[in-house]
Amino acid sequence: MTADFRPEELLADVITRLIGDVRHVAVGNASPIPATAAILARERGHGRPYVSLLQSRKHTFFTDGARELFDCAGQGRIDVFFLSGGQIDGHGNINLVSTGDYAHPKVRFPGSFGSAYLYYVVPKVILFRTEHSRRTLVPQVDFISAPGASEPNVYRPGGPIALITNRCLFSFADGHFTLESVHPGHTVEEVVENTGFDFARPPQVPETPAPSPETLALMREVVAPQVAEFYPQFAAQVFGLGPPAFAR
Amino acid sequence: MFQPAKSLDEALSCITDGCMLVVPREVTGAPMAATRALIRRGVKNLHLVTLPTSTLQTDLLVGAGCVETLETSAVSLGEFGPAPRFCAAVTQGAIVMKDATCPALLSQLQAAEKGVPFMPLRGLIGSDVLKYRDDWKVIDSPFGNSDPIVLLPALKPDVALLHAGMADRFGNVWIGRHRELATMAHAAQKTVVTVEKIHDGNMLDDPLLAAGTLPGFYVDAIAVAERGAWPLPLPEYYGADDAHIALYAKLAATPEGFAEYLDRFVYEMQAA
Repeated sequence: MTADFRPEELLADVITRLIGDVRHVAVGNASPIPATAAILARERGHGRPYVSLLQSRKHTFFTDGARELFDCAGQGRIDVFFLSGGQIDGHGNINLVSTGDYAHPKVRFPGSFGSAYLYYVVPKVILFRTEHSRRTLVPQVDFISAPGASEPNVYRPGGPIALITNRCLFSFADGHFTLESVHPGHTVEEVVENTGFDFARPPQVPETPAPSPETLALMREVVAPQVAEFYPQFAAQVFGLGPPAFAR
Repeated sequence: MFQPAKSLDEALSCITDGCMLVVPREVTGAPMAATRALIRRGVKNLHLVTLPTSTLQTDLLVGAGCVETLETSAVSLGEFGPAPRFCAAVTQGAIVMKDATCPALLSQLQAAEKGVPFMPLRGLIGSDVLKYRDDWKVIDSPFGNSDPIVLLPALKPDVALLHAGMADRFGNVWIGRHRELATMAHAAQKTVVTVEKIHDGNMLDDPLLAAGTLPGFYVDAIAVAERGAWPLPLPEYYGADDAHIALYAKLAATPEGFAEYLDRFVYEMQAA
């Protein structure tokens, strides 16, 4: 295989496929690859879906303050969102708070942000973690910012559908992960070695398909300049775009 | 006519030791000049509420020992990494943490602005965020059939502190599309605002401005603080001072470096 694309481009292409045909994709802070994927989806769909990039004033239509995002989500007006975690476990639980005992933590993370709500109400939540290791993908998280699944009587139209890492793609259904594909240059053995939780896998695990030349051209020529407006360092590093005139 | 305060310190005088203070998230304009003035004054034992997240402002207040209880959905320095003094304070048990999630804090202030005792919110059930909050309750929805839902008590801060682009001589404050600043002011007992400048005329007379205006009815004190969000950005006015925030992240990684930062940029900058 000739690596004529970058890992970030592969991940963005996979995420664009996971997004599918929807009306509204929202992307939180510090998520350049999901943002790239969402804008790629919008370019392919000629303006559909709406893309809300929460850290960019230009790329959000909200005029009713921070509540509008959550009200939108509560009504089912957001179809796709992205979450990560300092720890993610095999039940789809995510931890954005701390490791060790909550009262006496070993490591403190920033906090749960909107996850303890959005994980429940957004139909397609795509988990995203570029450090695929036993440190991050654990048997059981130390703090549940938001659970992967809920009791049957808990109102829950949403939840995780997939976990994408630097090594592979897992799908999530019925409370557990299944290995769907392994990225070019990586192996199933390596995934098993570096994953702290159990997961299902087919006898033959396919390789994650490479982005097509058309996708790469669209990403580099049309999507990348837009990404550079709010992730200048990422765009410079991945797409080789020059330093922007202004940041953020 | 509404008289702007003679000084920043005078405007901040209602923020007393031990009070519950609510501050906005970075992207709606953080009142940083006011924060430095509070640290210089040596305010203590604050119950700090962030709506709903925070960055440098909370890290400074926590690091300077001004905070007893912190109610927040997240504190970090964004692109510049973890908030070092916040992380150190939590791991050392130096502050009382009330971990929340963004829409919970927004809902709790909305309950206060409506004058009702609580708001219901979806999500949360089965999370440890809920587990560690004994002030939040789960009920079976009276309108459902076995439909558990979380109730969050109204949160009524003593003071809301915010920074905006402009105010007029009637006490009206331009907040644009950042409507949560109005929620903060509606919910709090008192509201203190710093602004970049005073606008001539009455903003409520202009229908385009009026729609984005917090009426002076809700505002108790205004002080002019030019570049009052520095080194954080004020949308439509100026961007972030990235080099300064990077310097902060580096210095604040250790207690000694943080003390040096305070000496150089908080205690020495009487005018800022």
